[in-house]
Amino acid sequence: MKRIKVGVIGPGNIGLDLLYKIKRSPYLETSMIVNIRESKGLDHARQMGIRASSNGIADILKEDDIQIVFDCTSATAHLQHASLLKEAGKFAIDLTPAAVGPYCVPAVNLTDDFLELDNVNTVTCAGQAVTPIVAAINEVADVYYAEIVSSVSSKSIGPGTRKNIDEFTVTTKEALEKVGGADEGKVIIIVNPAEPPIYMRNTIFTKVKNPDLEVIKDAVQKMVEKIRTYVPGYEIILGPIIQGDTVTTMMQVAGLGDYLPVYSGNLDIINSAAINIAEAYAKKLMGGDQIV
Amino acid sequence: MSRIYLTDTTLRDGSHTVSHQFTLEDAAQIAGGLENAGIDIIEIGHGDGLIGSTINYGFGKHDDFSLISAAASQLTKSKLAVLLLPGIGTVEALQKAQKAGAKAVRIATHVTEADMGEEHVKAAKDMGLFVVGFLMMAHMTDVNRLTEEALKFESYGADVVYVTDSGGAMLPKDVFEKVSSLKKNLKIPIGHHAHNNLGLAVSNSLTAIEAGATYIDGCLSGLGAGAGNTSTESLIAVLNKMGYEHGGDLYKAMDASEKILIPSLKKKGLTISSHLDALIMGYAGVYSSFLLHARRAGERFGVDVRDILMEAGRRKAVGGQEDWLIEIAVELSNKRSL
Repeated sequence: MKRIKVGVIGPGNIGLDLLYKIKRSPYLETSMIVNIRESKGLDHARQMGIRASSNGIADILKEDDIQIVFDCTSATAHLQHASLLKEAGKFAIDLTPAAVGPYCVPAVNLTDDFLELDNVNTVTCAGQAVTPIVAAINEVADVYYAEIVSSVSSKSIGPGTRKNIDEFTVTTKEALEKVGGADEGKVIIIVNPAEPPIYMRNTIFTKVKNPDLEVIKDAVQKMVEKIRTYVPGYEIILGPIIQGDTVTTMMQVAGLGDYLPVYSGNLDIINSAAINIAEAYAKKLMGGDQIV
Repeated sequence: MSRIYLTDTTLRDGSHTVSHQFTLEDAAQIAGGLENAGIDIIEIGHGDGLIGSTINYGFGKHDDFSLISAAASQLTKSKLAVLLLPGIGTVEALQKAQKAGAKAVRIATHVTEADMGEEHVKAAKDMGLFVVGFLMMAHMTDVNRLTEEALKFESYGADVVYVTDSGGAMLPKDVFEKVSSLKKNLKIPIGHHAHNNLGLAVSNSLTAIEAGATYIDGCLSGLGAGAGNTSTESLIAVLNKMGYEHGGDLYKAMDASEKILIPSLKKKGLTISSHLDALIMGYAGVYSSFLLHARRAGERFGVDVRDILMEAGRRKAVGGQEDWLIEIAVELSNKRSL
């Protein structure tokens, strides 16, 4: 079967891990990975037998058969890339916090309408992990306040995120509200340097107007099944439990261990979401079944 | 000897003790009392820092910005500071805090994660704030790593870096080793924040000073998370006895504790040690069983128990001379009525 060709910008941890996930996909094939300079990441891609260029986005723009582009650079860089990709008619999946396009969390809002757009954003790792749970609870119980505490291992959070940690908390908060449906969101991130590294773990507190625990449990369970279709390592480790109108749910993500170790579930989940979006777009291009 | 700068965090770390329920009136009165007592920096806000009011840490009675405004209205000399934990607080919240009256910020990260604070230190410096890098849980890493992280804070532009013993878990030798290394390797001043969980808060603060620290934290009555922080009034007493230069006033700090903080705690149903005046026994160097006798004499003749004990110390009273206290009280009472 013919696969849809994709390009990857930025051969960092995220970009390289994507290469492994694309390789496994029945719908996608990496045409090229680019960077603005030669790097270890490009060498790694070449060793995998993937074309790699240090000419930056220009080389991707030249190739007409690349139809989907993953941007794993930075918010500043994506602001420049977005219009270039749009002009070239390529579907952009933005893994940076630039958020030129709307937030897409596949389990919640990946609809056919989304695939008509030219640019979608994957929020943040915590956003991908917690927003579906907030959305599921909101659907049945009306969430008026959602608060998440996201613990990630020190090793899995890179210098770019560290320098822009406000962007991370603010973007995730916006996703809780816009995609999750909470009236108000609050996000806390804790970086833990323990060795061996901890798995990504999130606690999701929601204050709800209709505190019927059985209905909430059922909704969360259904949502988890949906997420697990593209993030197999997603697991609820506590709850939902309830006290007054506060529902507490804790979840953990074990990564697939592709390029990144399993404890980097935070990076794995954002990549798995990006692949899920790309596959849906690819299926549409192939004229296949509706995705929803 | 270098001057010691006192930071009192009754209204921030002490906020843990009252489950973040300080009122605007508490904020104003306590801040006023602290300024009056010569405290250089007064920290205020939710115990977990700016916008830390959450399900996870407990909701505060008031938002940080109202508390800051209430305290700022009372201050002309002391610097009002806030705490910001990157990952919880944001630059946007810091801007609002500055508008409300904050002049300084302490950017707090886990001891191995200083780079989580780069964005905030730089933004705060651009805003013209006095910036402290606050390396929390300093017992959890070794001296070399701590020094590397402190150097990062210095490179971002921090004015001071703290060895913060958030767990109250450091032994005096750990404090000495870590503060000494920062003193040796950094150009900016070093601070220490102690918790009294092992009963070592004052002692560790002194050890930090001996190792070169010049910024020291305390709370009135030793309020603060866990067993509390270093007692500000005890610290002042000890610094006085050792001849260190600082801006604190012992009696006024004790008064702020007894007349402002303790009544506010009582209103919240909290009681703490009723022997705060015992501090003066150690300060004056008098026999410990004098305390109750001096209190009775003070009450009977209308004089400050502290003055009685101080005078007993000056007269070099020894154990067993409780009778002197009556005579001292009478004399002080007469002097005053002259």
